[in-house]
Amino acid sequence: MTTTIDRITIDSHDHGDDHDGGRGHDEVHVHDHAEHHGPSGILNWLTTTDHKIIGLSYTVTSVIMLIIGGALAEVIRGQLANPNGHLVTLAQYNELFTMHGSIMIYLFAGPFAFGALANIIVPIQIGAPDMAFPRLNALSYWLYLTGAITMLLGFFVTGGAANFGWVGYAPLSDAIYSPGAGADLWIGGLMLTGFSAIFTGVNICATVFYLRAPGMTLFRMPIFTWNLLVVSILILLAFPVLTAGLIMLYADRHLGTHIFTVVGGGSPVLWQHIFWFWGHPEVYILALPFFGMVTEIIPVFSRKPVFGYKGMIFATLTIAALSLGVWAHHMFTTGVVLLPFFSIMSLLIAVPTGIKIFNWIGSMWRGQIWFSAAMLFSIGFVITFLIGGLTGVYLASPPLDFFTHDTYFIVAHFHSVVMALVIGGMAGLYFWGPKITGYMLNERIGKAQFWLLFIGTQVFTIPQYILGLQGMPRRMAVYPNDPQWQNLNTLSSVGAILIGISTVVFVLNIVASWKKHPAGDNPWDAHTLEWFTTSPPPHHNFFRLPKIRSERPTWDHNHPDAKALAHGKDAH
Amino acid sequence: MELMPQTPQGAPTRSRLRRLVVALALPIAGISLSGCTLPGFGAHQADTTTGQSAYRLWQGFSVVAAIIGAFVLALIVYAVVAYRRKGDTIPKQTQYHVPLEIVYTVIPILIVIALFVATIVTENKVLAMPKTDVAINVNAFQWGWGFTYEHQNAVAIGNTTDSPVMVMPVDTDVRIILTATDVVHGFYVRDFNFSRFALPGVKNQFTLHATKTGTFFGQCTQLCGLYHSIMYYKVKVVTQPEYQTWLSSFNTPEGKVAADTAKQVLKEQMSAHVPVKTQFSRGAY
Repeated sequence: MTTTIDRITIDSHDHGDDHDGGRGHDEVHVHDHAEHHGPSGILNWLTTTDHKIIGLSYTVTSVIMLIIGGALAEVIRGQLANPNGHLVTLAQYNELFTMHGSIMIYLFAGPFAFGALANIIVPIQIGAPDMAFPRLNALSYWLYLTGAITMLLGFFVTGGAANFGWVGYAPLSDAIYSPGAGADLWIGGLMLTGFSAIFTGVNICATVFYLRAPGMTLFRMPIFTWNLLVVSILILLAFPVLTAGLIMLYADRHLGTHIFTVVGGGSPVLWQHIFWFWGHPEVYILALPFFGMVTEIIPVFSRKPVFGYKGMIFATLTIAALSLGVWAHHMFTTGVVLLPFFSIMSLLIAVPTGIKIFNWIGSMWRGQIWFSAAMLFSIGFVITFLIGGLTGVYLASPPLDFFTHDTYFIVAHFHSVVMALVIGGMAGLYFWGPKITGYMLNERIGKAQFWLLFIGTQVFTIPQYILGLQGMPRRMAVYPNDPQWQNLNTLSSVGAILIGISTVVFVLNIVASWKKHPAGDNPWDAHTLEWFTTSPPPHHNFFRLPKIRSERPTWDHNHPDAKALAHGKDAH
Repeated sequence: MELMPQTPQGAPTRSRLRRLVVALALPIAGISLSGCTLPGFGAHQADTTTGQSAYRLWQGFSVVAAIIGAFVLALIVYAVVAYRRKGDTIPKQTQYHVPLEIVYTVIPILIVIALFVATIVTENKVLAMPKTDVAINVNAFQWGWGFTYEHQNAVAIGNTTDSPVMVMPVDTDVRIILTATDVVHGFYVRDFNFSRFALPGVKNQFTLHATKTGTFFGQCTQLCGLYHSIMYYKVKVVTQPEYQTWLSSFNTPEGKVAADTAKQVLKEQMSAHVPVKTQFSRGAY
């Protein structure tokens, strides 16, 4: 080390302007304003641009959305426990599953993935003091909250909430077939949350490209940050298409255009193209952050580096690239898309996804696995995702999609996937919760929650696979009175109840562990920069940074002799 | 002196690769084509030729999925059991094993190619359009179905309270010409292992070739509004003589009147550009 720089003082406001990586300094000391002077309480929350507080707002709001969406799901499963259920009417049932899907996809999964944990963790993982555009970040949150409230207000207007499915297929979603204000609130809410997502995408891209600490090269970024970068690029490619589609839909409803109606020369299938051109990248926009979470968690609790770090990044980039060319596999049964192209593209996504699963197993291989709640949730994620992934391969084959499309087989497939994401999200909360709040969550209650959620998920989805193959279509408030169908539906409802109980256990755990056991800086002996700072981190995140020479700077600092190796190389 | 004959370096690898693809594709293709006594993995053997092709493809995919799923699950369970924490020593920090990583990239690609080939073979069978004289126009609307027969008087129309019956002959290629008058609907018969969207403004065509007589349950699979859950119909597959008798029943004077009335109802249904509005009355059902 010839040009050792002992101390660098970085004014946290123009952090990253003139410090490029790779210089041989030992430690970077960042002068923060030791105490942050500003408003406190509610006024602080309303005016803050601190990414951690915004992220926490996102976390709380999106978990509330998860609970609302879950409550709607319990009503749906209650209705379906009997073939001729009278818990709700046909009209209410259509509102229920539409709003359940919309809340879970638009208001929970996305915002939780790229609004909540990404907002808190990504800047800290790369050693940044905040997001690149803190005010834009605050705008993202307020747009999201406004959009969420707008969509939910649909329940209180004449005619009820949107009732044409979360995919809003035209022409069912136009003003003739869905005349209520609920549909307009759905469109408005989606546009607001869509802009929120776009701004978050811009923000994360800028943060990752411009605010990395000295030494944090792109190929030393943790996988979680990598995945969020790729997700942000996907958001910028996909969400504007959805917003444009929604404007067209609104124009069809109220401005007299005929973009999606046959009568005026439009095309209903065009909506499906636009929707799924956003909708399939959206699947990976939702999934990749959760992939990133478990990719952080599994190595930490195996006490090993992530296996195949570069292969993991390559897999993420491949998934993102392929995801832009597979949208029409949602439209195989329309009869108006080129089947072989979309079939091979969709089948190919199994390859990078498989690489990820093998890398997760490789990270555990010959490790010292500590079965904390976060690790159990991560393993549960991998298994549930394996089921959802394998059944997804069938759906990439048009002849098989023809007889499973719009049946409960599809419902079961994507619930395996999204429940895997919920399980992965719980892993993230148990893992990073202590960092965010400064206090541990109760591990024993966490493990009880895990088993309820994991078993509940399988009891909930597996009967639905069978139901789908036996011919039960989705979005049915009533179904033919077949004893086997009823038994399978009842079993699925039991699974939904177990999942519901697990959510109650989670809330109880938060109450039970409230400010009980301080977490310390690094309770898990974890790898990445967020574990180098205090829990919760100070206003601008760091007072000092370790030397960044790999994607595990904190581990390298704590275990200087345990460097990552390629197979066949010796430790010393 | 070089005694060994010179061979191009790439040749053996390429032929080995081809052999590997063949080795992977053969079982799937074999299962897909032969229809041996494998389990159905939850699917139904189907009562149409195309449905049976799809069923065999289903079996092929299921064998592959079961093997991969069992293998990966076994790896996870083994890792969880064998590598549970035994002490505080730091394990070897292995991060890369490039040959292994290449293996688990290349083998899945070969499996995907094999699955794709089997898919294309089946898809071409399922979507084949052989020449046929029997053609049925299917019209889906909120909330019912209309069936009219090309070059015949025969017609069937029904709604949610009175499910219509589509009559078709057995062991015959039947062309279905499918469309919708208002919103998107889904034509689905579970026993035929097939579904297709009924799209407004699009005439979707496909062929059904039933191999068994009987009455089969059909229903709308694409959400189409309030009464989507009860938008049923039936498909009645009959022998050729029975089919002819049924067709000719519409050629009698009374039959003609009934057919004309039904066609008028269907015509009104189809020409109503602004169809019956979805009723938002909560509790209507």
